[in-house]
Formats: sequence, C-alpha cells, structure tokens
Amino acid sequence: MGGRLEIDDLHVTFGQAVILQGVTLSLDRAPLSLVGRNGMGKSTLCHAIMGMVAARQGSVTLDGRPLLGLGPSRVARGGIALVPQGRRMFPSLSVHEHLLLVAGRSKGAWTVERVYETFPRLAERRRNGGHQLSGGEQQMLAISRALLMNPRIVIMDEPSEGLAPVIVDHLIETLRAIAAEGMGVLLVEQNMRVATSVSDQVAIMVTGRIATTMPARELEADRDAQRRYLGVSHGH
Amino acid sequence: MSLQFMITVTLNGLTLAALYFIVASGFSLIFGLMRTVNMAHGSLYMIGAYVGFSVFDSLYASNATAGYAWYVGLLAGVVAAAVAGVVIQVVFLGWMQGQELRQALVTIGLSIIIADQLLAHFGGNPFQFFAPDALFGPTPVPVIGRYSTFRLFQIGLALAVGVGLWLLLNKTRLGIMVRAGVDDRQMLAACGVNVPLISVATFALGAGLAGLGGVIGATAQPVALGVDVKFLLTSLVVVIVGGMGSIGGTAIGAILIGVAEQWGQALFPTYSVILTFAIMVAVLAVRPQGLLGRTGR
Repeated sequence: MGGRLEIDDLHVTFGQAVILQGVTLSLDRAPLSLVGRNGMGKSTLCHAIMGMVAARQGSVTLDGRPLLGLGPSRVARGGIALVPQGRRMFPSLSVHEHLLLVAGRSKGAWTVERVYETFPRLAERRRNGGHQLSGGEQQMLAISRALLMNPRIVIMDEPSEGLAPVIVDHLIETLRAIAAEGMGVLLVEQNMRVATSVSDQVAIMVTGRIATTMPARELEADRDAQRRYLGVSHGH
Repeated sequence: MSLQFMITVTLNGLTLAALYFIVASGFSLIFGLMRTVNMAHGSLYMIGAYVGFSVFDSLYASNATAGYAWYVGLLAGVVAAAVAGVVIQVVFLGWMQGQELRQALVTIGLSIIIADQLLAHFGGNPFQFFAPDALFGPTPVPVIGRYSTFRLFQIGLALAVGVGLWLLLNKTRLGIMVRAGVDDRQMLAACGVNVPLISVATFALGAGLAGLGGVIGATAQPVALGVDVKFLLTSLVVVIVGGMGSIGGTAIGAILIGVAEQWGQALFPTYSVILTFAIMVAVLAVRPQGLLGRTGR
C-alpha cells in the first residue's frame, strides 16, 4: 500500500483559458494537503490526475508508471481513487449498491464488511438511495467507495464542504486513520483546520501553480500568508 | 358483441403486446438507459428474422434436423442481431456518445443500407417460420374454446424477458453498472469500470432482444421487407408512452398499444392506425415523460 505520485510540469487548458500552468508536486508516504482559493485549479488538478480532463503538457506517474492519457477507468485500476468534489453519488443506486459497484475487484484491506464496521451509519442506511443521505453520510459513502478500490493513493477534493463542524471533526479522524494505515492521501481543502489537522505539509496553489509548500504548523501561525494565499480571515 | 369475441380480440392484443414488449424493451434499454438513439433498431429486428430464417430453412429441409430447426434458427437470429448491434455501437456510435442528432442520422442511414442489403441477399418474398411441434397448433382455452399455442407462448416469453431484465438491472453487478452509467458516466469510469465495454454489452443485449422479436414475429406472422420501419415506430411509441428506461413502463406501453391496435382493427379497421398515435398524443399531453418515466434531469 502507498505509492509515489509524481506530478511534473502539468499544463491543462480549456479552450483559451489556461487552468494549470506547470504544476509540480510529489506525494509519498506522508499525507499532503493542497489549499488555495476558489478557481485556482485545485479540482482541475484532481481531474487531470484521474484522466477525467486531458492535459496539454507534463507528466503524472505513480511509482514511475505514467498515467496521463490512460483515461479514468485505467487510472482508477492503476491505484488512484477519487473522492470528488460534491461527492457525486449515483442517484439510481442504494448505499449498498454503491459499495458492491467497487467491491471485490481489488485485493486489499478494505471490504464491504469493514466499511460497515467503520461507518455503522452506512450499514443502517444500506437500502436507502445515495441521494437520500445527509451530507455527512454521503461523504462517508463517497470515501468508502474510494477505499473499497483499495487504492495506493486516494485523492479527496474538498471533503469537508458543506458539513457541520461536528461532522468535520469525525471526517478529520477518518482521514487521519486512513493515512495512518499507509494509504497515500492527497487532500484538497479550503478549510484550513482540516488541511492542517490531517497533514504535516501543506502545498498552496495560486493561479494554476504550486506557489509554495510549507509545514502546516507554520501556515497555521502565519496569518499574513493565510490572507495572501487563501483570503481567509482569522477564525478558520 | 359476444364475450367470445371480446376475449379473442383481447388475447390477440396481448399476444401482439408481448411481441412489442420484447422488441421495445431492447429499444428502451439502448435509448432510455444509454441515451443512444438507435434508429436502426427495426433493422436489427429484420436481421434477426432473416438470418434466423435462413438457418431455420436449411435445417428444416432435412428430416433429421427439422425437429430442432426452429430453436437453432431462434438462436442464430438473436446472435446475428446482437453481433450487428455490437458492430454498430463499436464502429459508429461509441465515439458519438451524447451527440443524439448525429447518432440518429447515422443509424437512419444504416437502416436504409441494411434493408437494401437484406433485399439483395434474401430477396423480397415474404416468409414465415414454422413453430416447433411443442408450440404448434391450438391449446384449449375456456369460453373461446381454443387459441394458438404459439401466441400463448409469446406471452410467456415476454414475461420471462421482463422478469429477466428486471433481475439483471436490479440484482446483478452489470445492472448496477448500467444504472450508475445513466447517472454519471465519468464518475463510473473513475470507479475503475470500463464504461465503453458496459455500453457494448448493453447494446448487444438490446439488439439481441430485437433479433429475438424478429424470429418470434416471423413465426407468428409472415414477414417481408418494411417491417423494420413498423417495429422501429412501434418501439418508439411504446417507449414514449411507457417512459424511457423503465422496464415496467415499457410493459404498460406495449400492452396499451397492442390491445388498442387489435381493438381498433376489430371495431373501426379503417381508422385503427390513428388510435395508436392518439394514445401517444394523449400521454404526451398529460405526462410528457411517459406513464412510468422519471422526469429528465
């Protein structure tokens, strides 16, 4: 479990608009958080790694194997799972069917039984439709869907979005536990507290580039940097 | 009007509905679930009938093989239509995903080519399968005395197809994938599923059902060129009335259209054609998404 994800000089354009202009980032054993304001290209980076949008230039490799151009299904089978922004449940499927969809196709620690043990709430709601769940339950399901693929790297795109603070605490515990097991975690967040609680290192994205990478503790203390890069006022 | 007459007309309507359901459920699978507009569905029906018949005919000529000629012909018809469907999906439609107008135009073109090719290879004479011994002749039925065994078999087969499709879509992993693909193809791919392969499998199944309908239809009644348009239109009407992508809706649509057609022909033969379209207009006016259809996203 775990793998080395290397992103080198990645460029993505949509028509005339340049979204990513040379992203270079690497992820190894330790979880990494990626923060930045809206529209800086964080979600596009997630999609480009997964092969859900085409890159114009650059490379993405997992343990040296190139991923660009494979398309999302082969990237997923190659060991990268995505917890997408907005969770993207399948409205036609029940909770249990979401899990069956991905279960059993990869060997690893995560099984449907273990998901239900870890998230008892999902077991209670196994017959419910994915869209009938609360935001927090949906997020648990989206994370479970990714974990069941037993990936080497899991990419989470703003998992705390729209969740109540008490649920966010639970989310932080979950993400820490996942990282502690050795699965690589790339966490994209706008919520500073989540980002700095899960990883020791935080990368900051500004207009399609990684502006800097710094220790989480330093960023937490540096309000000036927070305002400059993230536009957050005190309190987050 | 005697009770006997009413039961016979209704039974005729239900057996016709059974055939419509088999063909239209394949159309619904492709159109409703995959959002692929396949205007060559009637051509797949004809391919099933023609290829099935040529296999049947060569086996039926010899006494040794005549006993199972129909079953082999049925299998050949289903397989031929499924293979043709896979070719259409892989060669033409797969890379036009989501471009409905282009898919419609390409498949209309294909249906014209297929009709001409069938005419060139099989000629224009009508033909009909002979039902196998087990399904041949009449069966005693209360009140009306007796009724065609094969037509009763048609109803049973349609029920089996309906139950089978329901189980496939709701109780198997393939069904989960197909439904997830309707919701969000890209996210399904990001779950590691080979989405184009699922599309091809769904298309093969839908096309195979058209082929099955072709053999069944050509056993119940003689078949000649032109049935492709009839069955394409009927499938469209049934799916529009019942609701896209819903197996239950397709069943209700098929029963409505089949029974209405037979009653129309019995009561006012000259204008019976109008009845089908009157039902469609009425349903569209009241429930544009079809009787059991979900509102579009």
